[in-house]
Amino acid sequence: LAYMSILEYNGGAVLAMVGKNCVAIASDTRFGIQHQTVSTDFSKVFRITDKTFVGFPGLASDTQTMLNKLKFRIKLYSLDEDREMEPKIVSNLLQTLLYEKRFGPFFVEPVVAGLDKNNKPFISAMDLIGAPLLAEDFVLSGTASEAMYGMCETLYRPDLEPEDLFEVVSQCLLSSVNRDALSGWGAVVHVITADGITSRVLKGRQ
Amino acid sequence: KMSESPYSFSLTTFSPSGKLVQIEYALQAVSQGTTSLGIKAKDGVVIATEKKLPDLLKPSSIQKVNNLTDNIGVVYSGLNPDSRVLVTKGRKLAQQYYRTYKENIPISMIVKKIANVMQEYTQSGGVRPFGVSLLIAGYDESGPQLFQVDPSGSYFGWKASAIGKNTLNAKTFLEKRYNEDMELEDAIHTAILTLKEGFEGQMTENNIEIGVVNQQGEFRVLSTSEVKDYLGEVE
Repeated sequence: LAYMSILEYNGGAVLAMVGKNCVAIASDTRFGIQHQTVSTDFSKVFRITDKTFVGFPGLASDTQTMLNKLKFRIKLYSLDEDREMEPKIVSNLLQTLLYEKRFGPFFVEPVVAGLDKNNKPFISAMDLIGAPLLAEDFVLSGTASEAMYGMCETLYRPDLEPEDLFEVVSQCLLSSVNRDALSGWGAVVHVITADGITSRVLKGRQ
Repeated sequence: KMSESPYSFSLTTFSPSGKLVQIEYALQAVSQGTTSLGIKAKDGVVIATEKKLPDLLKPSSIQKVNNLTDNIGVVYSGLNPDSRVLVTKGRKLAQQYYRTYKENIPISMIVKKIANVMQEYTQSGGVRPFGVSLLIAGYDESGPQLFQVDPSGSYFGWKASAIGKNTLNAKTFLEKRYNEDMELEDAIHTAILTLKEGFEGQMTENNIEIGVVNQQGEFRVLSTSEVKDYLGEVE
């Protein structure tokens, strides 16, 4: 199988959306090596602080490495500054970490979603060298991005309650990855509110 | 090779009694320097220092109170050139922090970083400790803060403090005058009165320097005319 970009070697999709005093972040759970599916429980989103998640779609090896690098920095920051890292700062730090490898980058295009210390929603995405995208509605990344843009643009509306946000995010993600050969094989959706985090596993087309 | 250099060993070594005499001597250098003080108010912080200069020297060419960032300032007692090095390093550290996190450095963090620099100079080859104590004042998300950093690298948070020549008398004076509900204007007046306590000769707007940070997070060195006004209010 030929692939145009190393970002398409493993495949995967991540989506984050802002609701009313809440955010949701979701990813598919396929781990594949080109056409071969190897695992169906490989989520690309991870909880890195109490109220912040990050998704790392792209090359699976770099997904794991960036996660470890980020967790390292976040843990040291909490100890040094005696406070939790706000989602906006997580995003800024990620941009720095990625740009440091400007001429030999990590092949991930991260998505950040969380609530700040006043429980205000924050989402952002960036390219593999750290160029940020700060949106108020939704951000997404991965091999199903074109389909996801279409779905989100159509289904999204502001101020969705957590349960409705979950439904919209699930529909957007599932319909999009069903049209992408390299993404799918299940999904996981996390909804973050001031009261806590609800995580649900979705079964898609097998 | 670095290890072959005649200066690869630390000049600061322990005495048999467990002291680092170089640091003791550095503290001596500080206590011979002109008095500086700081007072934390409810809505800001004030730092001030004597600027005793020979008659022929132009007062405006020496600035003892400096900005580290927009919302953090610093004053020293001790060796002026040593303070310049720390101010430069502190400013750079603050900008490096911003470069990484796109957020302004918290006061507690810049204090820690500067303190670490000062500690390094007590445990490195071929260098001597800094001959200054610093008073760092700022206003950030955690409110108004005042910190002292010593040549050893120790740092302390203060409600009000003084360093340099007249520190004992100044601190006694401050202990009597200080209260937690002080407002910035009161703190500035108290700072001036405290400086006056140990001042030899006539105190004018040309031989003291005052820096103030307010609730809006702006650290500013007061102009000579502003200082003159405050001096008039205190008379």
